[in-house]
Amino acid sequence: MHEIKPRTPAQILLIGVVVLYAAVLLVAPLVAVFQGTFADGVAPVLKAFTDPDVISALKLTASLVIAATVINTLAGVALAWVLVRHEFPGKHLFDAMVDLPFVVSPVIVGYVIIVLFGREGWLGGIPFKIAFSWLGMLLVTVFVSLPFVTREVMPVLAAMTPEQEEAAYTLGASHLLTFRRVILPSIWRGILYGIILTMARALGEFGAVAVAGGGIRGVTETSTLFIFRALHDRNYVGAYSLALLLGVLSVIILLLMNTLRTPTTRKT
Amino acid sequence: MAELAFNDSVRPVARPQVPFGAWGLRVAALTYLVALVAVPIIVIVIAGFREGLGVFWASVTRPAALSALWLTIWTAGLMTLFNIVMGTMTAYVLVSYKFPGKRILDAMIDLPFAIPTLVTGVMLVLLYGPQTAIGELFESRFGSRLLFAPPGIILALLLICYPFVIRAVQPVLAQLDVSQQEAASTIGASQWTIFRRVILPAIRPAILTGGLLSFARALGEFGSIVIVSGNIPMQTQTAAVYIYGQVEAGNPAAASGVSVVLLAIALLVTLMVDLIQQRRRQHA
Repeated sequence: MHEIKPRTPAQILLIGVVVLYAAVLLVAPLVAVFQGTFADGVAPVLKAFTDPDVISALKLTASLVIAATVINTLAGVALAWVLVRHEFPGKHLFDAMVDLPFVVSPVIVGYVIIVLFGREGWLGGIPFKIAFSWLGMLLVTVFVSLPFVTREVMPVLAAMTPEQEEAAYTLGASHLLTFRRVILPSIWRGILYGIILTMARALGEFGAVAVAGGGIRGVTETSTLFIFRALHDRNYVGAYSLALLLGVLSVIILLLMNTLRTPTTRKT
Repeated sequence: MAELAFNDSVRPVARPQVPFGAWGLRVAALTYLVALVAVPIIVIVIAGFREGLGVFWASVTRPAALSALWLTIWTAGLMTLFNIVMGTMTAYVLVSYKFPGKRILDAMIDLPFAIPTLVTGVMLVLLYGPQTAIGELFESRFGSRLLFAPPGIILALLLICYPFVIRAVQPVLAQLDVSQQEAASTIGASQWTIFRRVILPAIRPAILTGGLLSFARALGEFGSIVIVSGNIPMQTQTAAVYIYGQVEAGNPAAASGVSVVLLAIALLVTLMVDLIQQRRRQHA
């Protein structure tokens, strides 16, 4: 379809409704959190970021995001490769499994950690701590952000023609060299887009880390968990300040998404 | 002759063999997938039925559990219907018309995917909470609160699921062949008739996919709901919030049953999406 300039009043009305809906749903809440945070000026907001609980929450969130992104990037590319290039029985089933983290409630995922590794957990006897600790939170964060790199890389790999790879092998290149010099340059954009989505998802996770980590102040309290507790403690400046910071980060993520998104890599 | 002989000797290129290479990669990648995705789901199913079918049934049919499940399903369903209408309209406008600010609108659509859902909840409370002008107006007009009530849940779900229908329909609309529409237009069909009779049948699978995905996403939503719903048992407590409450209260049996039901619905919806996409691929 090609774009036209709206002519009739009905067309202009239609555009108006769509734009107004987006403004009410997306823009107004962003403005509200900005206003709410700076209601008493800038000083209390700056002070909120010196709170040791805020600093430890931000550090914990950063460590989880980085670890989950590294794991899901390496494993995600490998998984995309296997699902596109290998043939094996049950492939369709494995392929369908990749999307499950999109629809499983994060609370349920956190609960699995408690069932397995909690105080009365099935595997409670193992010598290291998983439930209510960093490791358990990492596991659930990896789960919720698992599909992105795989799903972004798979279509790009599938669309690649084998000629260049075969040329590389003919010239005696090893698997690793071929991957680095031929395949990686074609799929890096997909990987990068997947990484951004992975980071966004890991950064904002709340339900899964709340249950798996238990939200112990200063220990397993991530940024989102801090906001949740601060709201209950009526520490509104603290809650809104950190919410605004996460909101600003997600707008930056959105901008990155738009720079990387080209018509060819856009998936449905 | 020499050239011919050379050509004869060329065989399809064999890739260099790495011992355990392909197998090692496959085993590693699939282990990662199974350990992280399949195992948790099996664990939940076992946890749900471990004490027997009777206990499972009792935990699911508790009034608080039933009401949480029902609230989750009807708010998600209503949101999906509204999202389908607005999402299709937005995708249509984005593909069909030129207007100022269009690129900004297109760029903003994925914002709900980037924003933490808990932050979404905080933003909605700041904008529509009972202490705000809009919240007060709504309460005085309709006699019930906007937030900390079902309308607030639907509002939060609408925001979180905003991109699904748009992003499913937009690429399909953009690739539609215009000749049919032009033919309809030459025989005097109105724009509405063209949309209903020519465009809609072509984009129906995409609309359905987007709608189902947003429904599945909404079923499990927690971060924003826990902030905007008020969390009143039997009234504004959704299934995810109910599970959270039961786990925190150390009542795992109650949490397991509802988890299994929620998971089963989500899997069913995913299966439906898969079927629609398979059918679409076969037709293509």
